[in-house]
Amino acid sequence: MTGSAKEKIKNIVGIKNFLDSEEDKVCYSYDATAIYKCKPEAIVFPENEEQISRIVKLANEELFNIVPRGSGTGLSGGSIPVENSVVVVMTRWNNILEIDNANLTATVQPGVVTGNLQKEAEKFGLLYPPDPGSSNVCTIGGNVANNAGGLRGLKYGVTKNYVLGAEMILPSGELMKSGGKNYKDVAGYNLRDFIVGSEGTLGIITKIILKLIPVPQKTKTMLAYFNKLSDSAKSVSEIISAHITPSMLEFLDRTTINCVEDFTNAGLPRNCEAILLIEVDGRNSIVEEDAELIKNILKKNGAFFIRSAENKKEAESLKLARRSAFSALARKRPTTILEDATVPRSELPIMIEKITDAAKKFNVTFGNFGHAGDGNLHPTCLTDERDSKEINLAHKAFDFIFNEAIKLGGTITGEHGTGLAKKQFLEQAAGIPAVDMMKKIKLSIDPNNILNPGKIFSTSPRCEGTLPKSREQIKNFLQ
Amino acid sequence: MPKDENKNRLLEVLPGDDVLSQCIHCGMCLATCPTYEMTKLERSSPRGRIRLVNEVAKGEMDVTKTFVEEMDYCLDCQACETACPAGVKYGLIVEAARIITEDYKIEKIRTRLIKKLSLKFIIPHRGYLKFASRIIKIYQRSSLRNYFHSSGLVRKFFPKLLEFDLLSPTVSSKFSDEYFDERILPASKTKHKVAVLTGCLMSTMFHEINQDTVDVLTAMDCEVIIPKEQVCCGSINGHNGDIETAKRLARINIDEFLKYDFESLIMNSSGCGAFMKEYQTLLKDDEIYSVKAKILSSKVKDIMEFLAQINLDDKFKQVKETITYHDACHLVHSQKIFNEPRKVLQSLPGVDIVDLDESTWCCGSAGIYNLTHYDDSMILLRRKMMKIKETKARIVLAGNHGCIAQLRYGAKKFNVDVEVIHPISFIKRCLNIP
Repeated sequence: MTGSAKEKIKNIVGIKNFLDSEEDKVCYSYDATAIYKCKPEAIVFPENEEQISRIVKLANEELFNIVPRGSGTGLSGGSIPVENSVVVVMTRWNNILEIDNANLTATVQPGVVTGNLQKEAEKFGLLYPPDPGSSNVCTIGGNVANNAGGLRGLKYGVTKNYVLGAEMILPSGELMKSGGKNYKDVAGYNLRDFIVGSEGTLGIITKIILKLIPVPQKTKTMLAYFNKLSDSAKSVSEIISAHITPSMLEFLDRTTINCVEDFTNAGLPRNCEAILLIEVDGRNSIVEEDAELIKNILKKNGAFFIRSAENKKEAESLKLARRSAFSALARKRPTTILEDATVPRSELPIMIEKITDAAKKFNVTFGNFGHAGDGNLHPTCLTDERDSKEINLAHKAFDFIFNEAIKLGGTITGEHGTGLAKKQFLEQAAGIPAVDMMKKIKLSIDPNNILNPGKIFSTSPRCEGTLPKSREQIKNFLQ
Repeated sequence: MPKDENKNRLLEVLPGDDVLSQCIHCGMCLATCPTYEMTKLERSSPRGRIRLVNEVAKGEMDVTKTFVEEMDYCLDCQACETACPAGVKYGLIVEAARIITEDYKIEKIRTRLIKKLSLKFIIPHRGYLKFASRIIKIYQRSSLRNYFHSSGLVRKFFPKLLEFDLLSPTVSSKFSDEYFDERILPASKTKHKVAVLTGCLMSTMFHEINQDTVDVLTAMDCEVIIPKEQVCCGSINGHNGDIETAKRLARINIDEFLKYDFESLIMNSSGCGAFMKEYQTLLKDDEIYSVKAKILSSKVKDIMEFLAQINLDDKFKQVKETITYHDACHLVHSQKIFNEPRKVLQSLPGVDIVDLDESTWCCGSAGIYNLTHYDDSMILLRRKMMKIKETKARIVLAGNHGCIAQLRYGAKKFNVDVEVIHPISFIKRCLNIP
C-alpha cells in the first residue's frame, strides 16, 4: 500500500480516526480464531456513511483491501486482516437508534453490543432472541455478517430470522437499503437475507432493523446428569421427535464440565460424562407441562439426576457456565481450535460417537459441547500451537469430523461462518455449482475484489497440485 | 535496549511464556475493561496488551513509547481476570511488563525524584513516613491551604495541583502505631486470636479505620495483636516495579508477625490484603523465607472475610439506614471476595442495602492512577458517582482506603449527597455497645 493512499485515507477519516503504528497493527492482527493472524496496513474508525463510501471508492482506485470488523470475537477468521488491507472498525457505531414498541422492532447501528440490545429491549418487555455465547462483547453487525446463532436457536432461530432490514455500503461506494419494518416484503430479490451471512465480502453494514418478540411469561431451567454420552444424545433426539421445542437444549461433555466449573463454581457435577442444559419458556401452564414431559424422557434415557434452577440467579449462572465453555477449555491447553460441525438432529448420537472416534484415531484431546437441540456441535481440540506435529494431527482429526458430518447430511459450519478457517471444506459441503455461483456473485458486485477478499472462498481459479516453478516444468505444463 | 534483552528479562519475571500463551484472545474481557470502554481501541484492552507483551517476549517488537503508555494506562483493576474463563493471569503479565517499562520512561527529573524518594525512603520507613505526614498535616490545618484554595492565581496557573490537593486524604490526628498497645484484650472471654496490619497510609491517614477495626474485633471477642515493628506491606513498591524493596518489607513483616501466635491476620485495606496473600509467590524462590511466607499468607484475611466466618449473633442494635456497597477491585477481582461483605451487611438489623449497578467497576482510584491519569480517572469516577446517586443510598461503603478517598472527592466534585466510609466503620456504628 502506497504512502499516498494512506495520506488520502487520513484525509477522509481525520487523523484521530486513523491508526498505523506497529502496536496497533499487532492488536488488529487477530480475532478469536486460533492460529490465524495477519497484520493490516492501517486501521480506521469511520464516523459516517460518507467516509466509508469514500474509503471504498479509494480502495477501488488504489487497489487496497478492506476488512470490516466489530469486536473481533469471530471464530472463523472472518475479521482477520488479509494482505494489503485496511481494517474498518465499527465498534464506535454503538447507538440503539430506536425501539419501536408499536411495531416490535429495533433500529440499531452495527457496533451495538448484542447484550446491550437485549438489556435495552427487556426494558420494553421485549426480547431479541439470538444469543451467541459472546453476547456481552460481540456486535450486532458481526452477528448479521455471520448469521450468528446461539443458545436459543432451537425454538427461536438465528440472526437471519430477526433481520427485517439493513443498509450497507456496496463495493462501488453506493449506499444500499433493503427491507424495512414490514413483516412481509417480496419486492424484488430478497437482498436483505442475502446480506445476512455475507461475512463482509459484499458490503459494509451501516444500519440494521431487527425484529423483537414479547418476553415469554415464564422460563424454567433444568440440568440433567448422565453417565453415558450416548444417553444424553438419545435424550435430545427423543425430545425433538416427541414434538417438544425447548428454548434451549445444550450439551457439555466431561472435559468441558470440569473446565467450566473451575471458572464459574456453578455447582456442576464433575464426575458426569455429560450434562444437558435445558430451558423451556412460554405461558405458565405450558412450561410446567413441557418440563414434565422432558423430565420423563430424560429419566427414560438414563439421566440419573435432574436439577431445576431455583431462581433466576441460579438459571443465569448455569447459562453463564455454558457460555464460557469455549474459553474455559483453554484452562487445559493453550490453543483451543473450535469447530462447528452440524448434522440433522436425528443423527446427533452418531456424530457424537464420531467425534470420540476422531480423538482416539488421531491421538488428540477434545472437549465437546454445543447446541445439541440444533444438531450443532462444537468439538474443540485442546492443543498447543507451538507444537506443529500436534497441530497437524488436530487438522487431520477435523478433516475426519467434517467428512463424517457431510456424510450424515450435515454441514461444516452451523453458526460461526466459513471465513478463513473453513473455506477449504466449502466445495465439499456446498458443492461446486453453488460455490461457483457465490464467486460469480462476488465478482459481479465487487469486480476489484477489495472487500474482505479470500474469505469464504478464493476467487482465483482452482488448481490442483503445486504450481510449476522451473522453466522446464512450465514448458511441460503448457504442453 | 536490544530486543533480546527485553525478551529475556520479561521471561525471567513471568514464569515462562505459558502465562502468555494461555490467552486465546476470545475477547470475553473487553466488556469488563474500563480503559477499553473509554477508547474502544484493542491496544487498551486486556487481550491487546497481552498480545503486545507477547510480541516483546518473543523478541519481535521493541519496547516503544506506545507500549509503555499502554501498560501505564491499564488500571490493573483485574476485572478482566474475573471475566476470563480461561483463567489468564493478566495482573502478573502487566506487572511484569511494568518492571521493564520503568527503564524506558521519559519522566521529568522532578517526577522521578519524587517517586524514588517516596518509594525508596518515605513509605518503607515508618519514621520518615510519619515525619512527612506531620508536615502535610501542618499544611492541611494551616491558613495557607485556605489561601491556596481561594486564590484565583493558583486556580489559574496550577489547576491540577489544586485538584491533587483536594484528592489527598486528610492526615489523622493520631497515628496507629503510637496509639495501639501491642496486645488488646476483649471485655469478655477470648474466642479468637487475631493480628492486625495497621499499614503505612492506613496508619497515618486513616487511623480511624484501624480504630474501628480493633473496636469491632474486640466486640466480637477477639484478642487483637498489633506488632510494634510491623512495616508497610510492600504493595506500592511491588506494583511500581520495585520488587526488591517489596521483598525486603515482606521479610520484615513475616518475622514480626510470626513472633506471635494467632489464627488470622486481619486486613482492612484490600490492596494490602491482596499483596500479603501473594507473599508466598513473591518469596517462592527465597530459601529461608518461602515456607514462612506460605504460613503467613495462609493466615491473611480481609476483615469482611473474617467476619463472615464467625458468629455475629446478638452483637448489633437496630439501625435504620439505607446503604450501598462498592466492590474494591483488590477485594472482588484480586481476592474474589464478593459474597462475604454482603453476607455480613445483611446480618445488620434494620439496614436496607441497595444493590449498586456496576459495583465491580473500578472507581478510578487504582493506586496512584488518579494522580498519574487524572482526566481518565475522573471519567470513571463520574460514572461511579452517577451509579451511586441512582441508588439513593445515604451511605456508600468501600473496603479500600484508595476508593474511600476517591469517592469522597467524587461526592464533592459531582455533588452527590452521600457519606463514604469503610464497611467496618459502619459496622461499628451498628454495634450493640451498652
